Amino acid sequence: MPTAATAIVPTLPALAAFADVLPEGGLRRGASYVVQVSTTLTLALLAGPSQAGSWCGVVGLPGLGAEAAAAMGVDLTRLVLVPSPGRHWLTVVATLVDVLDLVVVHPPSPAYDAEARRLAARVRERGAVLLVHGSDWSGCELRLTVTSSRWHGLGAGHGQLTAREATVEAVGRGTGGRRRATRLWLPDRDGQVRSLAQAAPADDTDARCVHAESPPSVSAPVLPFTGRVDALEVRAG
Amino acid sequence: MTRTVVVWCPDWPVTAAAREAGHPEDVPLAVLDRGRVLACSATARRDGVRRGLRVREAQARCPELVTLPYDPAVDARVFEPVVTLVEELAPGVEIIRPGICAVGARGPSRYYGGSDLAKGELTFAQVLHDRLSDAGFGCVVGIADGPFAAEQAARLAEQAGETVLAFPPGESARCLAPLPIDALREGRLPGQADVDRSDLIDLLRRLGIRTLGAFAALPFSQVVTRFGTVGAAAHRLASGRDDRPLATRRPPPELATSATFEPPLERVDQVAFGIREAAERLVHGLAERDLVCACLRVEIRTEDDEPRGRRWRHPRWFTAADVVDRVRWQLQGTRTTSDGPAEELTSGVVRVDLIPDEVAPTGAYQDGLWGDQAPDERIHRAFTRIQSMLGHEAVVTAVLSGGRAPAERVTLVPWGDDATPARPTDEPWPGHLPPPAPATVLPEPEPVDVLDATGQVVTLDDRYGMSAPCQLLVRNGTEREPVVGWAGPWPVEERWWDPATARRYARFQVACATGNAYVLLHEKGRWWIEARYD
Repeated sequence: MPTAATAIVPTLPALAAFADVLPEGGLRRGASYVVQVSTTLTLALLAGPSQAGSWCGVVGLPGLGAEAAAAMGVDLTRLVLVPSPGRHWLTVVATLVDVLDLVVVHPPSPAYDAEARRLAARVRERGAVLLVHGSDWSGCELRLTVTSSRWHGLGAGHGQLTAREATVEAVGRGTGGRRRATRLWLPDRDGQVRSLAQAAPADDTDARCVHAESPPSVSAPVLPFTGRVDALEVRAG
Repeated sequence: MTRTVVVWCPDWPVTAAAREAGHPEDVPLAVLDRGRVLACSATARRDGVRRGLRVREAQARCPELVTLPYDPAVDARVFEPVVTLVEELAPGVEIIRPGICAVGARGPSRYYGGSDLAKGELTFAQVLHDRLSDAGFGCVVGIADGPFAAEQAARLAEQAGETVLAFPPGESARCLAPLPIDALREGRLPGQADVDRSDLIDLLRRLGIRTLGAFAALPFSQVVTRFGTVGAAAHRLASGRDDRPLATRRPPPELATSATFEPPLERVDQVAFGIREAAERLVHGLAERDLVCACLRVEIRTEDDEPRGRRWRHPRWFTAADVVDRVRWQLQGTRTTSDGPAEELTSGVVRVDLIPDEVAPTGAYQDGLWGDQAPDERIHRAFTRIQSMLGHEAVVTAVLSGGRAPAERVTLVPWGDDATPARPTDEPWPGHLPPPAPATVLPEPEPVDVLDATGQVVTLDDRYGMSAPCQLLVRNGTEREPVVGWAGPWPVEERWWDPATARRYARFQVACATGNAYVLLHEKGRWWIEARYD
């Protein structure tokens, strides 16, 4: 609910698809966000500021798929990677936060609360945004999670991955403690991130064929998606 | 008329190519240009190899002939030490062509002969010849009025088996007279580039003019009318009126600096400290000439290793602190421990050379008024600080590159280096994964088990036939992920012609009920996760 009060909060622009989960319509400068497990979601959050001309840094993700990042709209010429910072990761992040608008970090080792608080203070002071990937972080603005995901395009021995439907959920201070969820194409057939409500896929036949032809399960029931939240909540989103 | 000394190294393309390729001088050698012999060594000539022969003919005459391709760049590069040696004896050297250079005779002949110029000339020529022979360059020296006559004198000396030949002052025309008209092929006059005089020589020969003397005897005005400017220039050469001044080169200023350590230094930080003064001298020396260095070569000599050189590029230009950093990174090399780069060296450092490879005027690197592609100074300084902490390779930017495997599709370039992809992107690369690209490409493939409906590991036969459909993925032996969709096998056979590096594997795309999707790899009966769509 964007009001006059939220409009003056300085933000970094995010992709339009995240309008439902980010209360200010963008990433709030000076805040820290936690992204659980999904690298694609991290890259999608990176894409908005990068397209708008911000320099971004990624610390501690040696396996980052730069090709996927470029396809999602991240400008690789303004992206700097520190794949293996080792035990100096806090110093590296602090140095980058001083000069960059957005820093993604996957902490290789846990940070003490005091260190985390000191870093958060620095982020706040510089007006940067810290995205913590795959790890908890005290005092974060929002925690973004992919609660369910389903890939389209693969059959039993044929086809190729084309698109993914995912439910992204945000909870934290920024939402007043309430859960906000949105259904996204992460990515869609063109490699872009779009809201599921905006556009349906060109044809959903292959998605159906996954389930029609999916082999009977061996040890676990085959579900279109599973996750931490129950099915009711996902549908509500 | 300026007295000129010409130093000629016969068969220079052969000498240069042999030195570059590391062949000894006495091997029969021929340098080939477009399938024909361009030059050959004396041993090859003894067997009947001549300039202009076809390769097959030359090899028939001399079966043990070693052939090397002609490379003008090598010619010029290997000639550089010769020019430096001549410059040490007398300044003002003109490189006529690689293999032949000219120097004014007046100064040196006074130095060596005092009032007796003729004696001084010969002494200088002898000294020059001895100096070059000591360095291993065979050469002959010709002295005459003007470079053309001096070059002809050198060629005559070589034919006569002499080392030095001088045409007496003022008698160049008389000495040139008996030479064949073909000698005109190579001469040059001021303000004229190399011209092709073969047509003129051909015509003169058909007119019955076979020597330079006969040509020089023709009246100048009629030569101009009949043969134009090309003829006029040739006439001046033939009549010994080659009065052009030498286009001497100035020795390039010495910009490189170095630091020598006695006793050898054992630790990286000691070297970094010791090199600081040399780095400041380098940057200061460049600044005095209004230059900045954007590409630096650092050569490190240690007690027992070979000297190691490396080129470093800078996104802007080098300051003294940047230079010190580059030296340190080069010393640390890839020996990075978990705590950061190592400080101990394997052998003591004796000497460090800092050689600017590319310099540019200071103005060329000013920021554009509206900002340009270069990142602003603050960002650059932060990245450099992280590099000084973790090493040069620790801060990278990604460039899309061509390739088939997911990991090959991206080249990681250390900050500051040229962002060039390892493989070209504009080629089709058939067999690469279709988009979307995986979000995580594992640096090391992770082992995984792929089971079928009965709990057996799925196997592939030699013809990529699967034993059963994929049903279940087991990661780390415990995490079970039921497969809801899969595609493959997509066979890859790499370098099948070379048994040592050949690889034969198959790729799969697999989607799991957990919502994860993977790129799997099956090689030699084992399964690996290569990339994740997470």
